[in-house]
Amino acid sequence: MSIVNRGFGRRRAVDPELAGRIPPGQHLVPDFPVLTVGPTPRSELGDWSFAIQGEIDVPRTLNWGEFQALPSETFMTDIHCVTSWSKLDTQWQGVSLDTLLEGVETEATHVMAFSDGGYETNLALEDIGKAWLAYGVGGEPLEPEHGAPVRLLVPHLYFWKSAKWVRGLRLMNGDEPGFWERNGYHLRGDPWQEERYWGD
Amino acid sequence: MARRDARRETGGDGERGDADLRLPGLARASRGAARRRAPDRYGYQAQRSYSIAAAPEDDRLELTVERIGDGEVSPYLVEDMLPGDALELRGPIGLWFTWDAAADGGPLLLLAGGSGVVPLRAMLRHRAAADPRVSARLLLSARSADDVIYAGELDSADGFERFTTYTRTTPPGWTGYSRRVDRAMLADVAFAPDEQPRIFVCGPTGFVETASTALVDLGHPSTRVKTERFGPTG
Repeated sequence: MSIVNRGFGRRRAVDPELAGRIPPGQHLVPDFPVLTVGPTPRSELGDWSFAIQGEIDVPRTLNWGEFQALPSETFMTDIHCVTSWSKLDTQWQGVSLDTLLEGVETEATHVMAFSDGGYETNLALEDIGKAWLAYGVGGEPLEPEHGAPVRLLVPHLYFWKSAKWVRGLRLMNGDEPGFWERNGYHLRGDPWQEERYWGD
Repeated sequence: MARRDARRETGGDGERGDADLRLPGLARASRGAARRRAPDRYGYQAQRSYSIAAAPEDDRLELTVERIGDGEVSPYLVEDMLPGDALELRGPIGLWFTWDAAADGGPLLLLAGGSGVVPLRAMLRHRAAADPRVSARLLLSARSADDVIYAGELDSADGFERFTTYTRTTPPGWTGYSRRVDRAMLADVAFAPDEQPRIFVCGPTGFVETASTALVDLGHPSTRVKTERFGPTG
């Protein structure tokens, strides 16, 4: 469309050194907004487990102790929410999915991440290679409303892919839409391509 | 929340505007995304999502926009835009926070914090038009009587039960709730879990966290509690 809104322009100054890190249509926020489709699930660590299932010869389940024993990393990354906020240089602690999935043999092309509360989101296997299971942010344990005890973190895609309260991955021989992907949002969600909604 | 405080700091009335666009056929569902485009020489555009305030039966699409003090888009919509200006609109998007009288039924429990009343107002209008027999209750939390959006419409509407709590200042002679939403309030207001209400909670994060957690504690299955939380999307 060719609509131009008279008098509309950028109102927030953007540091030119940061501008290249902000995807199109995004703006920076200082805080950490919460967007969730239902009540915040709360699970006891003793009951917590993480499942790897679906197209895999031997499904795996890790309990909290086994998950904690995996090598973890502390790293900085930028995050981008489809509702148009971005946050730069957030610090996380977690286990990379490459570490988690080491030794897994599969012909799967995609995975469905699933969470307490019924949320799920789909990811291509190559996107999983740049993802973590995060349990800390800013040097502190995750808060319940931010996904405690463990959330998926896929920082190169819009943040709805970073499923909170994640409890497992289902390996799939093909792509399927997850929760938001069935409800109007893009199947992949690359912020640099502005893949926000169906049809983008 | 930063968003609410920012709005307060700017003060003054007239902080809300209705972007009221004639777009037949676009009303069903929860949100529209409005995109504002600056002239190309600035090379800048911005896009924001707003809840749709109108029901599917209404003949006009309405978006209710709350001005955010340090925002980029909402001050433009509320202060600068004039009747006759065009907007690029996209949607509806997000098929989750919706209620369909025929498919979903009732009873219907709506909990609103501040401008979180907007999508719930759409549901109440849909209920009135599609099936007024559905039992419905609205609990509205606002700082003061002046902060209630759609106060006149809600005052004159009937057929559903309305509860209000004022969290900062109460009108003279007020005998209703005057505190933040809590479990005891929801135990009073909510339908019992065995009535299997459809529950929608919309508002700032603190409000939604408190209300939805209390509802689950009271025995409502989390699958029946749909939430929508504000972020400072400016």
